[in-house]
Amino acid sequence: MSNLTREETEALIAEVLEVYPEKAQKDRAKHLAVNDQSVEQSKKCITSNRKSLPGVMTIRGCAYAGSKGVVWGPIKDMIHISHGPVGCGQYSRAGRRNYYVGVTGVNTFGTMNFTSDFQEKDIVFGGDKKLAKIINEIEALFPLHKGISVQSECPIGLIGDDIEAVSKKGAVELNKPVVPVRCEGFRGVSQSLGHHIANDSIRDWVFGRDGKDVKQEFVPGPYDVSIIGDYNIGGDAWSSRILLEEMGLRVVAQWSGDGTLAEIELTPKVKLNLIHCYRSMNYIARHMEEKYNIPWIEYNFFGPTKIAESLRAIAAHFDDTIKAGAEAVIAKYQPMVDAIVGKYKARLEGKRVMLYVGGLRPRHVIGSYEDLGMEVVGTGYEFGHNDDYDRTIKEMGNATLLYDDVTGFEFEEFVKRVKPDLIGSGIKEKYIFQKMGVPFRQMHSWDYSGPYHGYDGFAIFARDMDMTINNPCWKKMEAPWLKKPEAEELAKAA
Amino acid sequence: MANIMIRRSDKGDYVFYLPKRDLEDTIISMEFDTPEKWGGEIKLNNGGAYFIEPQTAPERLPYSVRAKRLDAAE
Ligand code: SF4
Repeated sequence: MSNLTREETEALIAEVLEVYPEKAQKDRAKHLAVNDQSVEQSKKCITSNRKSLPGVMTIRGCAYAGSKGVVWGPIKDMIHISHGPVGCGQYSRAGRRNYYVGVTGVNTFGTMNFTSDFQEKDIVFGGDKKLAKIINEIEALFPLHKGISVQSECPIGLIGDDIEAVSKKGAVELNKPVVPVRCEGFRGVSQSLGHHIANDSIRDWVFGRDGKDVKQEFVPGPYDVSIIGDYNIGGDAWSSRILLEEMGLRVVAQWSGDGTLAEIELTPKVKLNLIHCYRSMNYIARHMEEKYNIPWIEYNFFGPTKIAESLRAIAAHFDDTIKAGAEAVIAKYQPMVDAIVGKYKARLEGKRVMLYVGGLRPRHVIGSYEDLGMEVVGTGYEFGHNDDYDRTIKEMGNATLLYDDVTGFEFEEFVKRVKPDLIGSGIKEKYIFQKMGVPFRQMHSWDYSGPYHGYDGFAIFARDMDMTINNPCWKKMEAPWLKKPEAEELAKAA
Repeated sequence: MANIMIRRSDKGDYVFYLPKRDLEDTIISMEFDTPEKWGGEIKLNNGGAYFIEPQTAPERLPYSVRAKRLDAAE
Protein backbone atom coordinates (compact mmCIF):
# COMPACT_ATOMS: atom_id res chain seq x y z
CA MET A 1 0.00 0.00 0.00
CA SER A 2 1.28 3.43 -0.80
CA ASN A 3 2.00 5.92 1.92
CA LEU A 4 -0.68 8.15 3.31
CA THR A 5 -0.64 11.83 2.51
CA ARG A 6 -0.67 14.46 5.22
CA GLU A 7 -4.42 14.96 4.87
CA GLU A 8 -5.09 11.24 5.01
CA THR A 9 -2.97 10.85 8.12
CA GLU A 10 -4.73 13.75 9.80
CA ALA A 11 -8.08 12.23 8.88
CA LEU A 12 -6.94 8.90 10.28
CA ILE A 13 -6.04 10.49 13.63
CA ALA A 14 -9.39 12.29 13.75
CA GLU A 15 -11.21 9.08 12.96
CA VAL A 16 -9.42 7.13 15.66
CA LEU A 17 -10.10 9.84 18.22
CA GLU A 18 -13.81 9.80 17.49
CA VAL A 19 -14.59 6.88 19.77
CA TYR A 20 -13.37 8.66 22.90
CA PRO A 21 -15.56 10.79 25.12
CA GLU A 22 -15.01 14.48 24.56
CA LYS A 23 -12.57 15.09 27.37
CA ALA A 24 -10.44 12.09 26.57
CA GLN A 25 -10.50 13.06 22.93
CA LYS A 26 -9.07 16.46 23.72
CA ASP A 27 -6.36 14.96 25.83
CA ARG A 28 -5.32 12.23 23.42
CA ALA A 29 -5.36 14.58 20.43
CA LYS A 30 -2.33 16.33 21.90
CA HIS A 31 -0.33 13.10 21.88
CA LEU A 32 -0.90 12.20 18.25
CA ALA A 33 0.70 14.10 15.41
CA VAL A 34 1.62 14.04 11.78
CA ASN A 35 5.33 14.59 11.41
CA ASP A 36 6.43 17.82 9.85
CA GLN A 37 10.16 18.18 9.42
CA SER A 38 9.94 21.94 9.30
CA VAL A 39 8.82 22.11 12.93
CA GLU A 40 11.77 23.05 15.11
CA GLN A 41 10.22 22.28 18.46
CA SER A 42 8.30 19.13 19.03
CA LYS A 43 6.11 20.71 21.67
CA LYS A 44 4.34 22.62 18.93
CA CYS A 45 2.96 19.40 17.54
CA ILE A 46 3.09 16.77 20.26
CA THR A 47 2.71 16.60 24.03
CA SER A 48 4.63 14.01 26.01
CA ASN A 49 5.53 12.90 29.52
CA ARG A 50 2.00 13.37 30.83
CA LYS A 51 -0.10 11.15 33.00
CA SER A 52 -1.85 8.42 31.03
CA LEU A 53 -5.60 8.63 30.77
CA PRO A 54 -7.46 6.39 33.21
CA GLY A 55 -9.34 3.73 31.33
CA VAL A 56 -7.10 3.36 28.30
CA MET A 57 -4.61 0.57 27.79
CA THR A 58 -1.23 2.17 28.24
CA ILE A 59 1.95 0.27 27.68
CA ARG A 60 4.04 2.11 30.25
CA GLY A 61 5.84 0.78 33.29
CA CYS A 62 6.42 2.24 36.74
CA ALA A 63 9.28 4.10 38.40
CA TYR A 64 10.41 0.91 40.11
CA ALA A 65 10.72 -0.71 36.68
CA GLY A 66 12.82 2.19 35.52
CA SER A 67 15.19 1.96 38.43
CA LYS A 68 15.43 -1.74 39.21
CA GLY A 69 14.74 -3.07 35.75
CA VAL A 70 16.70 -0.60 33.70
CA VAL A 71 19.40 1.34 35.50
CA TRP A 72 20.37 -0.64 38.60
CA GLY A 73 19.42 -4.19 37.71
CA PRO A 74 22.20 -4.87 35.18
CA ILE A 75 25.01 -3.84 37.59
CA LYS A 76 26.05 -7.40 37.97
CA ASP A 77 28.18 -7.59 41.09
CA MET A 78 25.69 -5.82 43.30
CA ILE A 79 22.57 -7.31 44.80
CA HIS A 80 19.40 -5.36 44.16
CA ILE A 81 16.70 -6.01 46.73
CA SER A 82 13.17 -5.56 45.44
CA HIS A 83 11.92 -4.14 48.70
CA GLY A 84 8.23 -4.79 49.16
CA PRO A 85 5.89 -7.56 47.98
CA VAL A 86 7.33 -10.34 45.90
CA GLY A 87 5.47 -9.78 42.62
CA CYS A 88 7.10 -6.63 41.26
CA GLY A 89 10.51 -8.28 41.15
CA GLN A 90 9.52 -11.82 40.34
CA TYR A 91 7.36 -11.04 37.31
CA SER A 92 10.02 -8.82 35.79
CA ARG A 93 12.89 -11.07 36.65
CA ALA A 94 15.54 -11.59 33.98
CA GLY A 95 13.07 -10.55 31.30
CA ARG A 96 15.32 -7.92 29.88
CA ARG A 97 18.17 -10.18 28.86
CA ASN A 98 21.02 -8.00 30.06
CA TYR A 99 23.87 -10.38 29.32
CA TYR A 100 26.87 -10.53 31.62
CA VAL A 101 29.87 -12.69 32.34
CA GLY A 102 30.38 -14.17 35.77
CA VAL A 103 29.11 -17.02 37.91
CA THR A 104 25.54 -16.27 38.88
CA GLY A 105 24.98 -16.64 42.58
CA VAL A 106 28.68 -16.41 43.37
CA ASN A 107 30.11 -13.16 42.11
CA THR A 108 27.32 -11.93 39.83
CA PHE A 109 23.61 -11.77 40.52
CA GLY A 110 21.95 -10.37 37.41
CA THR A 111 19.24 -12.96 36.81
CA MET A 112 18.44 -13.64 40.45
CA ASN A 113 15.54 -12.10 42.30
CA PHE A 114 16.10 -10.80 45.82
CA THR A 115 13.02 -9.57 47.61
CA SER A 116 11.89 -8.76 51.13
CA ASP A 117 8.55 -10.44 50.31
CA PHE A 118 6.32 -8.14 52.36
CA GLN A 119 3.46 -9.70 54.27
CA GLU A 120 0.58 -8.02 56.06
CA LYS A 121 2.55 -7.72 59.27
CA ASP A 122 5.34 -5.84 57.50
CA ILE A 123 2.84 -3.34 56.19
CA VAL A 124 1.32 -2.90 59.65
CA PHE A 125 4.49 -2.80 61.73
CA GLY A 126 6.94 -1.53 59.09
CA GLY A 127 9.64 -3.44 57.27
CA ASP A 128 12.82 -1.76 58.48
CA LYS A 129 13.83 -4.61 60.79
CA LYS A 130 13.28 -7.08 58.01
CA LEU A 131 15.44 -5.04 55.66
CA ALA A 132 18.28 -4.91 58.19
CA LYS A 133 18.03 -8.67 58.58
CA ILE A 134 18.08 -9.22 54.81
CA ILE A 135 21.17 -7.08 54.43
CA ASN A 136 23.01 -9.23 56.94
CA GLU A 137 21.69 -12.44 55.42
CA ILE A 138 22.92 -11.40 52.00
CA GLU A 139 26.36 -10.72 53.40
CA ALA A 140 26.47 -14.17 54.96
CA LEU A 141 25.12 -16.05 51.95
CA PHE A 142 26.82 -14.11 49.14
CA PRO A 143 30.04 -12.74 50.57
CA LEU A 144 31.42 -11.85 47.13
CA HIS A 145 28.78 -9.25 46.36
CA LYS A 146 30.15 -5.72 46.09
CA GLY A 147 27.20 -3.81 47.42
CA ILE A 148 23.45 -3.68 47.80
CA SER A 149 20.76 -1.44 46.44
CA VAL A 150 17.34 -1.21 48.01
CA GLN A 151 14.74 -0.75 45.29
CA SER A 152 11.53 0.49 46.90
CA GLU A 153 8.22 -0.81 45.66
CA CYS A 154 4.98 1.08 46.19
CA PRO A 155 4.20 0.09 49.81
CA ILE A 156 7.53 1.40 51.14
CA GLY A 157 6.62 4.97 50.38
CA LEU A 158 3.06 4.49 51.54
CA ILE A 159 3.92 3.19 54.99
CA GLY A 160 6.82 5.59 55.40
CA ASP A 161 9.68 3.19 56.15
CA ASP A 162 13.04 4.83 56.76
CA ILE A 163 15.15 2.81 54.36
CA GLU A 164 17.84 5.49 54.32
CA ALA A 165 18.64 4.97 57.99
CA VAL A 166 18.72 1.19 57.63
CA SER A 167 20.94 1.46 54.55
CA LYS A 168 23.40 3.79 56.21
CA LYS A 169 23.72 1.46 59.16
CA GLY A 170 24.09 -1.54 56.86
CA ALA A 171 26.79 0.17 54.82
CA VAL A 172 28.86 0.78 57.93
CA GLU A 173 28.43 -2.79 59.15
CA LEU A 174 29.29 -4.32 55.77
CA ASN A 175 31.83 -1.72 54.71
CA LYS A 176 30.16 -1.86 51.30
CA PRO A 177 27.75 0.56 49.69
CA VAL A 178 24.10 0.06 50.54
CA VAL A 179 22.05 2.37 48.39
CA PRO A 180 18.46 3.25 49.23
CA VAL A 181 16.52 4.07 46.06
CA ARG A 182 13.21 5.86 46.46
CA CYS A 183 11.75 4.55 43.23
CA GLU A 184 8.27 3.62 44.44
CA GLY A 185 6.11 2.74 41.48
CA PHE A 186 3.59 5.50 42.04
CA ARG A 187 6.14 8.28 41.51
CA GLY A 188 5.90 10.13 38.23
CA VAL A 189 3.94 9.19 35.15
CA SER A 190 6.09 6.37 33.81
CA GLN A 191 9.37 4.52 34.22
CA SER A 192 11.11 7.67 33.13
CA LEU A 193 11.13 9.19 36.61
CA GLY A 194 12.56 5.92 37.89
CA HIS A 195 15.57 6.40 35.60
CA HIS A 196 16.05 9.87 36.98
CA ILE A 197 15.76 8.73 40.60
CA ALA A 198 18.20 5.90 39.94
CA ASN A 199 20.70 8.29 38.34
CA ASP A 200 20.42 10.61 41.31
CA SER A 201 20.97 7.77 43.75
CA ILE A 202 24.17 6.78 41.92
CA ARG A 203 25.28 10.39 42.12
CA ASP A 204 24.57 10.67 45.84
CA TRP A 205 25.43 7.24 47.13
CA VAL A 206 28.02 5.79 44.77
CA PHE A 207 30.03 8.75 43.50
CA GLY A 208 30.03 9.96 47.08
CA ARG A 209 32.21 7.00 48.02
CA ASP A 210 35.07 8.40 45.97
CA GLY A 211 36.17 5.15 44.45
CA LYS A 212 36.52 3.39 47.80
CA ASP A 213 35.39 0.11 46.28
CA VAL A 214 37.91 0.07 43.45
CA LYS A 215 40.41 -2.57 44.42
CA GLN A 216 43.00 -2.27 41.68
CA GLU A 217 45.09 0.79 41.09
CA PHE A 218 43.71 2.83 38.22
CA VAL A 219 45.99 4.77 35.91
CA PRO A 220 43.98 7.23 33.83
CA GLY A 221 44.84 7.27 30.13
CA PRO A 222 44.30 9.86 27.43
CA TYR A 223 41.76 7.74 25.56
CA ASP A 224 39.47 6.71 28.39
CA VAL A 225 35.76 6.69 27.62
CA SER A 226 32.69 5.15 29.16
CA ILE A 227 29.66 3.65 27.49
CA ILE A 228 26.59 5.09 29.17
CA GLY A 229 23.06 3.87 28.63
CA ASP A 230 23.83 0.56 26.97
CA TYR A 231 22.18 -2.30 28.81
CA ASN A 232 23.82 -5.11 26.89
CA ILE A 233 20.53 -6.55 25.68
CA GLY A 234 21.54 -9.74 23.94
CA GLY A 235 25.16 -8.50 24.04
CA ASP A 236 24.68 -5.01 22.61
CA ALA A 237 27.34 -3.35 24.72
CA TRP A 238 29.91 -5.95 23.70
CA SER A 239 29.39 -5.45 19.99
CA SER A 240 29.65 -1.68 20.59
CA ARG A 241 32.66 -1.90 22.83
CA ILE A 242 34.84 -3.76 20.35
CA LEU A 243 34.40 -0.99 17.79
CA LEU A 244 35.51 1.65 20.27
CA GLU A 245 38.46 -0.45 21.30
CA GLU A 246 39.46 -1.14 17.73
CA MET A 247 39.66 2.55 17.02
CA GLY A 248 42.04 2.96 19.93
CA LEU A 249 39.87 4.06 22.83
CA ARG A 250 39.86 2.44 26.22
CA VAL A 251 36.42 1.63 27.55
CA VAL A 252 36.63 2.08 31.30
CA ALA A 253 33.01 1.52 32.20
CA GLN A 254 29.80 0.05 30.87
CA TRP A 255 26.64 1.58 32.28
CA SER A 256 25.10 -0.60 33.17
CA GLY A 257 24.89 -3.74 31.00
CA ASP A 258 27.59 -6.15 32.17
CA GLY A 259 28.77 -3.31 34.42
CA THR A 260 30.30 -3.48 37.86
CA LEU A 261 30.35 -1.19 40.84
CA ALA A 262 34.05 -0.45 40.39
CA GLU A 263 33.46 0.65 36.78
CA ILE A 264 30.81 3.06 37.93
CA GLU A 265 33.05 4.54 40.57
CA LEU A 266 35.82 4.99 38.01
CA THR A 267 33.67 6.81 35.49
CA PRO A 268 34.41 10.31 36.84
CA LYS A 269 37.99 9.74 35.66
CA VAL A 270 37.23 9.24 31.95
CA LYS A 271 37.80 11.82 29.22
CA LEU A 272 34.48 11.51 27.42
CA ASN A 273 31.12 10.01 28.23
CA LEU A 274 29.38 8.29 25.33
CA ILE A 275 25.63 8.20 25.71
CA HIS A 276 23.56 5.67 23.86
CA CYS A 277 20.27 5.81 25.70
CA TYR A 278 19.87 9.50 26.30
CA ARG A 279 16.52 9.20 28.02
CA SER A 280 17.61 6.98 30.87
CA MET A 281 21.07 8.30 31.62
CA ASN A 282 21.49 11.88 30.46
CA TYR A 283 21.07 12.93 34.08
CA ILE A 284 24.27 11.40 35.30
CA ALA A 285 26.15 12.65 32.23
CA ARG A 286 25.00 16.18 32.94
CA HIS A 287 26.12 15.80 36.52
CA MET A 288 29.55 14.54 35.51
CA GLU A 289 29.90 17.37 33.04
CA GLU A 290 29.32 19.94 35.74
CA LYS A 291 31.15 18.31 38.61
CA TYR A 292 34.06 16.57 36.88
CA ASN A 293 34.24 18.54 33.65
CA ILE A 294 33.65 15.50 31.44
CA PRO A 295 31.95 16.29 28.14
CA TRP A 296 29.37 13.90 26.76
CA ILE A 297 28.03 13.10 23.34
CA GLU A 298 25.12 11.06 22.11
CA TYR A 299 25.90 8.35 19.62
CA ASN A 300 23.98 5.76 17.65
CA PHE A 301 25.31 2.31 16.82
CA PHE A 302 22.30 1.04 14.86
CA GLY A 303 23.06 0.49 11.18
CA PRO A 304 26.26 1.27 9.25
CA THR A 305 25.36 4.84 8.27
CA LYS A 306 24.79 5.93 11.84
CA ILE A 307 27.71 3.90 13.15
CA ALA A 308 30.13 5.61 10.77
CA GLU A 309 28.66 9.00 11.65
CA SER A 310 28.97 8.28 15.35
CA LEU A 311 32.49 6.86 15.17
CA ARG A 312 33.63 10.03 13.42
CA ALA A 313 31.83 12.27 15.88
CA ILE A 314 33.42 10.43 18.79
CA ALA A 315 36.86 10.57 17.16
CA ALA A 316 36.50 14.32 16.70
CA HIS A 317 36.93 14.65 20.45
CA PHE A 318 40.36 13.03 20.31
CA ASP A 319 43.65 13.36 18.42
CA ASP A 320 44.62 12.12 14.97
CA THR A 321 45.48 8.56 16.01
CA ILE A 322 41.89 8.02 17.08
CA LYS A 323 40.57 9.77 13.99
CA ALA A 324 42.67 7.46 11.83
CA GLY A 325 41.49 4.57 13.97
CA ALA A 326 37.87 5.42 13.32
CA GLU A 327 38.44 5.52 9.57
CA ALA A 328 40.26 2.20 9.74
CA VAL A 329 37.36 0.61 11.60
CA ILE A 330 34.83 1.94 9.11
CA ALA A 331 36.94 0.71 6.19
CA LYS A 332 37.50 -2.68 7.80
CA TYR A 333 33.79 -3.38 8.17
CA GLN A 334 32.72 -1.93 4.84
CA PRO A 335 32.99 -5.24 2.95
CA MET A 336 30.89 -6.90 5.64
CA VAL A 337 28.27 -4.16 5.38
CA ASP A 338 28.21 -4.48 1.60
CA ALA A 339 27.68 -8.19 1.89
CA ILE A 340 24.80 -7.79 4.35
CA VAL A 341 23.10 -5.09 2.35
CA GLY A 342 23.69 -7.05 -0.84
CA LYS A 343 22.06 -10.11 0.63
CA TYR A 344 19.05 -8.62 2.36
CA LYS A 345 18.25 -5.34 0.68
CA ALA A 346 16.57 -6.99 -2.27
CA ARG A 347 14.33 -8.93 0.08
CA LEU A 348 13.45 -6.01 2.30
CA GLU A 349 13.46 -3.01 0.00
CA GLY A 350 10.41 -0.81 0.27
CA LYS A 351 8.95 -2.55 3.29
CA ARG A 352 7.23 -0.23 5.73
CA VAL A 353 7.71 -0.35 9.48
CA MET A 354 5.85 1.00 12.47
CA LEU A 355 7.66 1.32 15.76
CA TYR A 356 6.54 1.88 19.30
CA VAL A 357 9.25 1.40 21.86
CA GLY A 358 10.93 3.00 24.85
CA GLY A 359 13.84 5.27 25.45
CA LEU A 360 16.03 5.61 22.38
CA ARG A 361 14.91 3.09 19.82
CA PRO A 362 11.96 4.93 18.30
CA ARG A 363 14.52 7.20 16.66
CA HIS A 364 17.80 5.28 16.86
CA VAL A 365 16.81 2.23 14.85
CA ILE A 366 15.36 4.23 11.96
CA GLY A 367 18.84 4.35 10.42
CA SER A 368 19.30 0.61 10.34
CA TYR A 369 15.95 0.11 8.62
CA GLU A 370 16.84 2.74 6.06
CA ASP A 371 20.19 1.08 5.44
CA LEU A 372 18.20 -1.96 4.34
CA GLY A 373 15.98 0.09 2.09
CA MET A 374 13.03 0.01 4.46
CA GLU A 375 10.98 2.93 5.61
CA VAL A 376 9.67 3.81 9.05
CA VAL A 377 6.17 5.21 8.66
CA GLY A 378 5.18 5.63 12.29
CA THR A 379 7.00 5.89 15.57
CA GLY A 380 6.36 6.76 19.18
CA TYR A 381 7.72 6.63 22.69
CA GLU A 382 6.24 5.03 25.73
CA PHE A 383 7.82 7.54 28.05
CA GLY A 384 9.72 10.04 25.91
CA HIS A 385 9.94 13.71 26.73
CA ASN A 386 9.91 16.74 24.49
CA ASP A 387 13.65 16.59 23.93
CA ASP A 388 13.24 13.07 22.56
CA TYR A 389 10.65 14.19 20.05
CA ASP A 390 12.82 17.18 19.15
CA ARG A 391 15.46 14.68 18.14
CA THR A 392 12.96 12.45 16.32
CA ILE A 393 11.25 14.91 14.00
CA LYS A 394 14.29 15.24 11.78
CA GLU A 395 14.80 11.49 11.53
CA MET A 396 11.28 10.76 10.34
CA GLY A 397 9.80 11.40 6.92
CA ASN A 398 7.18 14.05 6.37
CA ALA A 399 3.56 13.09 6.96
CA THR A 400 4.48 10.01 8.97
CA LEU A 401 2.68 9.25 12.20
CA LEU A 402 3.96 10.20 15.64
CA TYR A 403 2.17 8.80 18.67
CA ASP A 404 3.08 9.39 22.28
CA ASP A 405 2.06 6.92 24.99
CA VAL A 406 -0.18 5.28 22.40
CA THR A 407 -3.13 3.31 23.71
CA GLY A 408 -3.81 -0.26 22.70
CA PHE A 409 -6.85 0.82 20.73
CA GLU A 410 -5.14 3.61 18.83
CA PHE A 411 -2.19 1.44 17.91
CA GLU A 412 -4.43 -1.30 16.52
CA GLU A 413 -6.48 1.16 14.50
CA PHE A 414 -3.36 2.81 13.09
CA VAL A 415 -2.00 -0.54 12.04
CA LYS A 416 -5.26 -1.53 10.37
CA ARG A 417 -5.15 1.58 8.22
CA VAL A 418 -1.45 2.13 7.62
CA LYS A 419 -0.91 -1.59 6.96
CA PRO A 420 2.80 -1.74 7.72
CA ASP A 421 4.86 -4.75 6.65
CA LEU A 422 6.44 -4.96 10.08
CA ILE A 423 5.79 -3.73 13.59
CA GLY A 424 8.51 -3.30 16.16
CA SER A 425 7.23 -3.03 19.70
CA GLY A 426 7.06 -4.91 22.98
CA ILE A 427 5.79 -8.22 24.30
CA LYS A 428 2.40 -6.80 25.26
CA GLU A 429 1.73 -5.87 21.64
CA LYS A 430 3.32 -8.88 20.03
CA TYR A 431 0.54 -11.44 20.04
CA ILE A 432 -2.22 -9.00 19.17
CA PHE A 433 -0.49 -8.06 15.96
CA GLN A 434 0.70 -11.51 15.10
CA LYS A 435 -2.90 -12.70 15.38
CA MET A 436 -3.90 -9.87 13.09
CA GLY A 437 -1.42 -11.35 10.63
CA VAL A 438 1.17 -8.60 10.77
CA PRO A 439 4.84 -9.58 11.04
CA PHE A 440 6.16 -8.44 14.39
CA ARG A 441 9.55 -8.04 16.09
CA GLN A 442 9.94 -7.35 19.76
CA MET A 443 12.21 -4.36 19.87
CA HIS A 444 12.78 -4.22 23.63
CA SER A 445 14.54 -7.52 24.07
CA TRP A 446 15.25 -8.14 20.36
CA ASP A 447 12.83 -11.06 20.44
CA TYR A 448 15.35 -13.30 22.20
CA SER A 449 17.94 -12.48 19.55
CA GLY A 450 20.59 -9.79 19.38
CA PRO A 451 22.89 -8.01 19.67
CA TYR A 452 21.68 -5.33 17.27
CA HIS A 453 24.33 -2.70 18.04
CA GLY A 454 27.47 -2.31 15.98
CA TYR A 455 28.40 -3.95 12.69
CA ASP A 456 28.04 -7.47 14.06
CA GLY A 457 24.66 -6.50 15.38
CA PHE A 458 23.58 -5.14 12.02
CA ALA A 459 24.15 -8.53 10.43
CA ILE A 460 21.86 -10.13 12.98
CA PHE A 461 19.33 -7.33 12.69
CA ALA A 462 19.10 -7.74 8.92
CA ARG A 463 18.74 -11.50 9.19
CA ASP A 464 16.02 -11.22 11.84
CA MET A 465 14.00 -8.68 9.89
CA ASP A 466 14.16 -10.83 6.77
CA MET A 467 13.26 -13.93 8.75
CA THR A 468 10.21 -12.20 10.20
CA ILE A 469 8.86 -10.35 7.19
CA ASN A 470 9.47 -13.07 4.63
CA ASN A 471 8.35 -15.90 6.85
CA PRO A 472 6.04 -18.24 4.89
CA CYS A 473 3.63 -18.39 7.82
CA TRP A 474 2.12 -15.01 6.94
CA LYS A 475 0.66 -16.57 3.79
CA LYS A 476 -1.12 -19.18 5.84
CA MET A 477 -3.35 -16.82 7.77
CA GLU A 478 -6.48 -17.88 5.94
CA ALA A 479 -8.09 -21.25 6.60
CA PRO A 480 -7.65 -23.47 3.54
CA TRP A 481 -11.39 -24.01 3.04
CA LEU A 482 -12.01 -20.28 2.97
CA LYS A 483 -9.43 -19.67 0.31
CA LYS A 484 -10.65 -18.75 -3.14
CA PRO A 485 -9.36 -21.35 -5.53
CA GLU A 486 -6.70 -19.76 -7.60
CA ALA A 487 -6.86 -20.06 -11.32
CA GLU A 488 -3.42 -21.54 -11.41
CA GLU A 489 -4.24 -24.34 -9.01
CA LEU A 490 -7.42 -25.07 -10.84
CA ALA A 491 -5.48 -25.35 -14.03
CA LYS A 492 -3.10 -27.76 -12.35
CA ALA A 493 -5.98 -29.89 -11.12
CA ALA A 494 -7.52 -30.00 -14.53
CA MET B 1 12.64 29.24 42.71
CA ALA B 2 14.06 26.26 40.94
CA ASN B 3 17.45 24.78 40.40
CA ILE B 4 18.52 25.04 36.81
CA MET B 5 21.65 24.08 34.95
CA ILE B 6 23.14 26.14 32.16
CA ARG B 7 25.52 24.60 29.66
CA ARG B 8 26.85 25.33 26.23
CA SER B 9 25.68 23.39 23.19
CA ASP B 10 28.03 22.21 20.44
CA LYS B 11 26.93 25.21 18.48
CA GLY B 12 28.10 27.50 21.26
CA ASP B 13 24.86 28.91 22.57
CA TYR B 14 23.51 28.57 26.08
CA VAL B 15 21.26 25.64 26.88
CA PHE B 16 18.84 25.71 29.77
CA TYR B 17 18.06 22.57 31.73
CA LEU B 18 15.52 22.18 34.49
CA PRO B 19 16.23 18.82 36.17
CA LYS B 20 13.04 18.71 38.14
CA ARG B 21 10.94 18.64 35.01
CA ASP B 22 13.53 17.26 32.61
CA LEU B 23 13.10 20.31 30.49
CA GLU B 24 15.85 21.13 28.05
CA ASP B 25 15.79 24.17 25.81
CA THR B 26 18.03 26.70 24.18
CA ILE B 27 18.33 30.17 25.67
CA ILE B 28 17.61 32.80 23.06
CA SER B 29 18.54 35.79 25.14
CA MET B 30 20.25 36.57 28.42
CA GLU B 31 20.01 40.04 29.87
CA PHE B 32 23.61 40.33 31.06
CA ASP B 33 26.38 38.36 29.44
CA THR B 34 29.71 39.86 30.43
CA PRO B 35 32.36 38.41 32.75
CA GLU B 36 31.50 40.88 35.53
CA LYS B 37 27.76 40.80 35.26
CA TRP B 38 25.99 37.67 34.12
CA GLY B 39 22.41 36.49 34.37
CA GLY B 40 19.29 38.57 34.71
CA GLU B 41 16.28 37.70 32.68
CA ILE B 42 16.69 34.77 30.33
CA LYS B 43 14.31 33.89 27.54
CA LEU B 44 13.87 30.36 26.30
CA ASN B 45 13.13 29.11 22.86
CA ASN B 46 9.85 27.62 24.06
CA GLY B 47 8.61 31.00 25.18
CA GLY B 48 9.39 30.62 28.88
CA ALA B 49 11.35 33.19 30.86
CA TYR B 50 13.44 32.88 34.03
CA PHE B 51 15.39 35.27 36.20
CA ILE B 52 18.88 34.63 37.56
CA GLU B 53 20.25 37.03 40.18
CA PRO B 54 22.92 38.96 38.21
CA GLN B 55 26.36 37.78 39.30
CA THR B 56 29.90 37.38 38.00
CA ALA B 57 30.03 34.90 35.16
CA PRO B 58 30.76 31.29 36.20
CA GLU B 59 34.28 30.11 35.51
CA ARG B 60 33.12 27.23 33.45
CA LEU B 61 29.92 25.68 32.29
CA PRO B 62 27.77 23.70 33.00
CA TYR B 63 26.75 25.70 36.00
CA SER B 64 23.86 25.08 38.39
CA VAL B 65 22.09 28.10 39.74
CA ARG B 66 18.81 29.08 41.39
CA ALA B 67 16.40 30.82 39.10
CA LYS B 68 12.97 32.33 39.42
CA ARG B 69 10.29 31.55 36.91
CA LEU B 70 8.86 34.63 35.30
CA ASP B 71 6.80 33.11 32.57
CA ALA B 72 6.18 29.44 31.98
CA ALA B 73 5.87 28.15 28.48
CA GLU B 74 3.15 25.59 28.88
S1 SF4 C 1 3.60 0.13 40.40
FE1 SF4 C 1 4.26 -0.42 42.49
S2 SF4 C 1 3.32 -2.42 42.88
FE2 SF4 C 1 3.28 -2.08 40.64
S3 SF4 C 1 5.18 -3.07 39.86
FE3 SF4 C 1 5.62 -0.87 40.24
S4 SF4 C 1 6.45 -0.86 42.33
FE4 SF4 C 1 5.39 -2.80 42.10
